[in-house]
Amino acid sequence: MRDFLRILFFIFFLRPFMALFIGLRVYGRANIPKQYPFILAANHSSHLDTAALLSLFPLGEIKRIRPVAAADYFERNWLISEIVHTLFNILSINRLCAKKRHENPLLPIEEAMRAGQSLIFFPEGTRSTSGKMGELHSGILHLAEKHPEVPVVPVYLSNMWRSLPKGEFIPLPFFCEIRIGEPLFLKGNRQEALDGLKTAMIKLRDA
Amino acid sequence: MALLHRFQELSATYQAGGIVLGLLVFATILVASLQKIKPGAIWTEVGQRIKSWWMMVAVFLAAIALNRTVSIIFFACLSFWALKEYVTILDTRRADHRALFWAFLTIPIQYYWVGIQWYGMFIIFIPVYMFLFLPMRLVMAQAPAGFLSSSSKVQWGLMAFVFGLSHMAYLLVMPHVPGSSANGQSLLFFLVLLTELNDIFQYIWGKTLGKRKILPTISPKKTWEGFLGGLWTTLVIGLVFRFLTPFDAPAAIGMAFVIAVAGFSGDVVMSAVKRDAGVKDFGALIPGHGGMLDRVDSLCYTAPLFFHIVRYFYYP
Repeated sequence: MRDFLRILFFIFFLRPFMALFIGLRVYGRANIPKQYPFILAANHSSHLDTAALLSLFPLGEIKRIRPVAAADYFERNWLISEIVHTLFNILSINRLCAKKRHENPLLPIEEAMRAGQSLIFFPEGTRSTSGKMGELHSGILHLAEKHPEVPVVPVYLSNMWRSLPKGEFIPLPFFCEIRIGEPLFLKGNRQEALDGLKTAMIKLRDA
Repeated sequence: MALLHRFQELSATYQAGGIVLGLLVFATILVASLQKIKPGAIWTEVGQRIKSWWMMVAVFLAAIALNRTVSIIFFACLSFWALKEYVTILDTRRADHRALFWAFLTIPIQYYWVGIQWYGMFIIFIPVYMFLFLPMRLVMAQAPAGFLSSSSKVQWGLMAFVFGLSHMAYLLVMPHVPGSSANGQSLLFFLVLLTELNDIFQYIWGKTLGKRKILPTISPKKTWEGFLGGLWTTLVIGLVFRFLTPFDAPAAIGMAFVIAVAGFSGDVVMSAVKRDAGVKDFGALIPGHGGMLDRVDSLCYTAPLFFHIVRYFYYP
């Protein structure tokens, strides 16, 4: 039922919205790996980010793409939780509780990857308020260490924060772009790996 | 012979549409043969542009030939896309979000006045109501730094791309000119045809004869030769297509003159906007042309001027 509703939502709302209202342009689409799983690592400045990235995939594949989202935010009430789970198929992780109980908050992600699902991951951890990219958190490194064979695809999303900045609820039709870089494998020294990813994203930003 | 007879029975707008399609066929064949005889990169670019013209002519003809609601929605979409391209290249502030929302909401409202043909409201809605409301909405965001810059950006965008372009839609819904076979549809065709051909011939004359730069800091490729060559050609075209209008020969020349000068003005004003924002094109919608705005920039000037002159002299 949820899959069916999601496909209707994509056909009749999300895709026309992205193509006609936002006028989304995509560069480097060929860099998305054909083989699952992979991790799309993007900068985060707007609620549109996830929706725009999901709109790139064929309808048959959307249920295999899981946007990683914070449970404390997206499951703050029943209605919002139902909506985002149904329409965006989010994979919620519990940042706060897990920390208190010394559990690994990334456990559900690893399970999903083992099941052959790909991730949309925002390594900054939260939306930027200025549109500028913030520091990357180390969460993505934990994943890369456990699954060194999974490619990490750097993505830069431009203008999304102008269309729908944090704190606004009506999107405006600014043209937005998705720029996708070549897949990376985060290896070696942790700081170096994180810097490598950030450099790749900045290169896409300035392209 | 029979075909010619059938052609003469068509309305003036359809005849003109037929001529334009004929010209496109001619241009397509001409460029294809020139490419064979004297190969060069220029023909690839020109060929690309002509291909886009086919697309634009087809869409425009369909938009004005189908029913009035479709036409009005088409022009509303034109305004929407133009305003969208304009705000994207600008440096807007976070605090402008709500005011920009209202600016976009103006589009369906303005075209609704066209749909119900409420001329009084159509003509004052943006310059009076919206221009008073938008600065107040910006003030409510409580960000005084950059206020004047933001409000002039939003208001100029509305003026050019919503108010200006919506005059094409209002022209289309105008009734028959008393004592003439011309109607809103044929007048709109005349306006758009002359504006676009003026653009094209300014480009062609500039490419072939252009020497003396006319506004080098704004638009380095524009020359006096291009401007004047385009102007003369447009006067001739105005005379040829006079059958679409109620104009006598001097009036046709006068209107063509207004369109040529206003079209040039619209073009260079939008060039100044692009230059100020630091971009070359408004977008990449139309291959070979740039964005939608790179194509309709002249119309932002010619449409309101043409509309008001015609309305003053020909609709009592």
